[in-house]
Amino acid sequence: MTSLLVLVVLVLVSVAIWQLTKIFDLTQIGGNADNSQVANDNDNNVNGYLMFAFLVFIYLTTIFCVVQYGHFPLMSNSASEHGVEVDRLMWISMILIFFVQTITQALLHYFSFKYRGKKGNSALYFADNNKLEMIWSIIPAITLAGLILYGLYAWTNIMFVDEETENPMVVEIYAKQFGWEVRYAGEDNVLGKANVRYIEGVNTLGVDLADPNAQDDIQSNELHLPKGVKVVFKIRSQDVLHSAYMPHFRAQMNCVPGMVTQFAFTPTVTTLDMRNSSEMKEKVATINKIRAEKSKQLVADGKAALDPYTFDYLLLCNKICGSSHYNMQMKIVVESKEDFKKWLSEKQTFAQVLKAQEQPAEEVKTETDTTKVVVDSTLVAQVIEKK
Amino acid sequence: MSAHDHANEHDHGHEHEHHHKDTFITKYIFSIDHKMIAKQYLITGLIMGIIGVGMSLLFRMQLAWPEESFKIFNVLLGDNFAPDGVMRNDIYLALVTIHGTIMVFFVLTAGLSGTFSNLLIPLQIGARDMASGFMNMISYWLFFLSSVIMVISLFVESGPASAGWTIYPPLSALPQAIPGSGTGMTLWLVSMAIFIASSLMGSLNYVVTVINLRTKGMSMTRLPLTIWAFFITAIIGIVSFPVLLSAALLLIFDRSFGTSFFLSDIFIAGEVLHYQGGSPVLFEHLFWFLGHPEVYIVLLPALGITSEIIATNARKPIFGYRAMIASIIAIAFLSTIVWGHHMFVSGMNPFLGSVFTFTTLLIAIPSAVKAFNYITTLWKGNLQLNPAMLFSIGLVSTFITGGLTGIILGDSTLDINVHDTYFVVAHFHLVMGISALYGMFAGIYHWFPRMFGRMLNKNLGYVHFWVTAVCAYGVFFPMHFIGMAGLPRRYYTNTAFPLFDDLQNVNVIITMFALVGGAFQLVFIWNFFYSIFYGKKSEMNPWKSNTLEWTAPVEHMHGNWPGAIPEVHRWPYDYSKPGHDSDFVPQTVPMGPDEEQLHH
Repeated sequence: MTSLLVLVVLVLVSVAIWQLTKIFDLTQIGGNADNSQVANDNDNNVNGYLMFAFLVFIYLTTIFCVVQYGHFPLMSNSASEHGVEVDRLMWISMILIFFVQTITQALLHYFSFKYRGKKGNSALYFADNNKLEMIWSIIPAITLAGLILYGLYAWTNIMFVDEETENPMVVEIYAKQFGWEVRYAGEDNVLGKANVRYIEGVNTLGVDLADPNAQDDIQSNELHLPKGVKVVFKIRSQDVLHSAYMPHFRAQMNCVPGMVTQFAFTPTVTTLDMRNSSEMKEKVATINKIRAEKSKQLVADGKAALDPYTFDYLLLCNKICGSSHYNMQMKIVVESKEDFKKWLSEKQTFAQVLKAQEQPAEEVKTETDTTKVVVDSTLVAQVIEKK
Repeated sequence: MSAHDHANEHDHGHEHEHHHKDTFITKYIFSIDHKMIAKQYLITGLIMGIIGVGMSLLFRMQLAWPEESFKIFNVLLGDNFAPDGVMRNDIYLALVTIHGTIMVFFVLTAGLSGTFSNLLIPLQIGARDMASGFMNMISYWLFFLSSVIMVISLFVESGPASAGWTIYPPLSALPQAIPGSGTGMTLWLVSMAIFIASSLMGSLNYVVTVINLRTKGMSMTRLPLTIWAFFITAIIGIVSFPVLLSAALLLIFDRSFGTSFFLSDIFIAGEVLHYQGGSPVLFEHLFWFLGHPEVYIVLLPALGITSEIIATNARKPIFGYRAMIASIIAIAFLSTIVWGHHMFVSGMNPFLGSVFTFTTLLIAIPSAVKAFNYITTLWKGNLQLNPAMLFSIGLVSTFITGGLTGIILGDSTLDINVHDTYFVVAHFHLVMGISALYGMFAGIYHWFPRMFGRMLNKNLGYVHFWVTAVCAYGVFFPMHFIGMAGLPRRYYTNTAFPLFDDLQNVNVIITMFALVGGAFQLVFIWNFFYSIFYGKKSEMNPWKSNTLEWTAPVEHMHGNWPGAIPEVHRWPYDYSKPGHDSDFVPQTVPMGPDEEQLHH
């Protein structure tokens, strides 16, 4: 079937080429045999009009893309504090480049059409004009100076985090082929030291268990974040380069083995609120329509239908990292401070995990243990509230 | 003038060569004639181009229909790489990697610069040949060798290099991380090391030739803009390629001899490796110190070719000749201090990011000057819309469209969210990939008569251009939108993320355009090979051009001109100059008694 399709396409393409060549052939009138392959008035005319048509094509493509795909770009509905600033700068830059694009393409293609050659016409001998060249050096320079200043102002605000005064919540993002883990710094808000050389058994993050700071650290394979609290991510990788990309928060930083990188932001929209935003509802509805359509086909083929999609923030890998690079993701949940506290309180600290491991398996956790967890996480919550 | 003396000396040497008959081997294989070497570069480049573009069509099919199996995958990739017509996920990455490597280095560096620098430098400056014909020959054969090794690497059982054309370690250093980092990567590194040697020999030759072998009267400000572009490109190559060589060598050490230049603290496949103290970020710096100038090594020759073709076919002087030279030099200088914009989120100090944002956006100024100068050259011209001219205008169009999005990517703040997404892919394919390819096509259509004494069929040329132009926008314009939706590049399939399900139909449209555009390149390939043998015989100067290469006879001869080398009396852009009968005044025509001299 496929080969038949390929064959049909090939035949059609050959017919198309033949016809197009024919059209150009038929448009030839006379012509000197010696230079028959040099453009004559007729070629200039046909291609001049095509140049104009191409300008229309560029505009139509642009309009089509904006109408059809205009809702794709992540330029609104940002879920982080700095994201609003990034989106604003993006809008300014986009409008500017659309404006310049529209004008310059118009000039280029219109001139190509308007001044298409004709025997007997002569071109203007116009080789230099310092004033004109000055104008188109200085105008871009001024515009760019504005963009650079705005960009650098935003960049500085995003990238330079003063951990002393801002006291953000510290969370480690840990990347490996092909998955993510996170580690919360616990009540002391300091991560215990770690190195891949400590990796053993349940200690998959290579935490130095002798480090007192590590005792209250909490490991998780789902990233929960409290709304409105500034978080600084300390990012590590176990094997190759990865990139921690959180598009809805306009956040990204590479994960580099042998080095800790960082990125900080304040989430501002909870997962639930984002799901209920009109933009997201529309997007999810479209996606589910596509999935339902696909499921019909799958069921007809005797396969399982696709699950309906519910929106969740995601952390995805955005640096080529190996065969399964295309499927390296972790769910991010943004929730209220209270819900976050509750969620964290149900997690065990490293000290508890280790203790549980040392004790014989049949020994069930005592009640005192459970209370201790609650006490610990309350303290964590207090730390968060202070911010 | 020393250049002239040298040329005369060469004259005598040349007379001796007349008696010596070229055998098939010395004429067509181990030739030291720059015109033959140019053809060798071009044909090798075209063959590599067919492989590179073909690969992109395969992985575009995979992206558009990830759940289908295609017999053609099985036929082309074999049972090992595409069992039952389903492409393996690491082979997808291998195809992406080799596509990038082949297109950037083998097609658009060697195929473009190698062809036209070799062909045009001696012919347009009025020299008998390159400064060192022997070195030129070695340069080509090293390129050929590196191409062969790169192609051989496709047949390695564990797969060719798969770490992306940027081959960032540790992925490229550890076979445990991806199968392609075994023998495939070794061959990649060996091939590239040889390629760099070839490129350096070529570049040195170009620089020396331009400085020393210009004919009498050919001052630097009378050089065609092609030569300026090739000259500056060669200098950028000499400055930056050795840095890639050192990066490749250090990577070979890390891979084979256990050093830790780029590797540290790695736990993979259940064990801790011994590496300690290296940094992948160091590799990124070294790589992009070449990698970014490389963009201009690819682009500047295309811009030079376009300048020449637009002026000739507009029958007008290129507007702002000096500004064009100045902008080539400015772009070349700036290109060596902007590499960090590939690394805004690599973990390097954010302050460095600020500096690189500043230098990067500065490049927009000389680029804008170039774009406006092209447009002004068209204004009030008498445009001869030959296929070469169409491709040149097409280049200006894609250069603008692709260049403008550079303003977004060069801004560190905005780069955070579009870094490594399809937005980047769309940007660089338009601004350097398609633009440089258009420049290469323009050059081939324009100088084909000079190379083969025959003309390419213009109607096939028109079909080739218009379909390519529509498809290029059809592929890359929508791609910006899926990139801004956050879709990362180098994903084997997007089906793992329901979030991206609504982008899938865009991927199908892109692939359709790519397949049609790819198929129509066959029109060009046919036209090219057919016309070499059966094309219409060309006149000596079919485009009525001013430059020196059209004063040399079409027949293949070593030494370019049968008699003395012509002298040059004016700049190359005296088109439609008032006071002359014809609309072009070749550089060899002496100045009239009260004619105004524009450039000395």
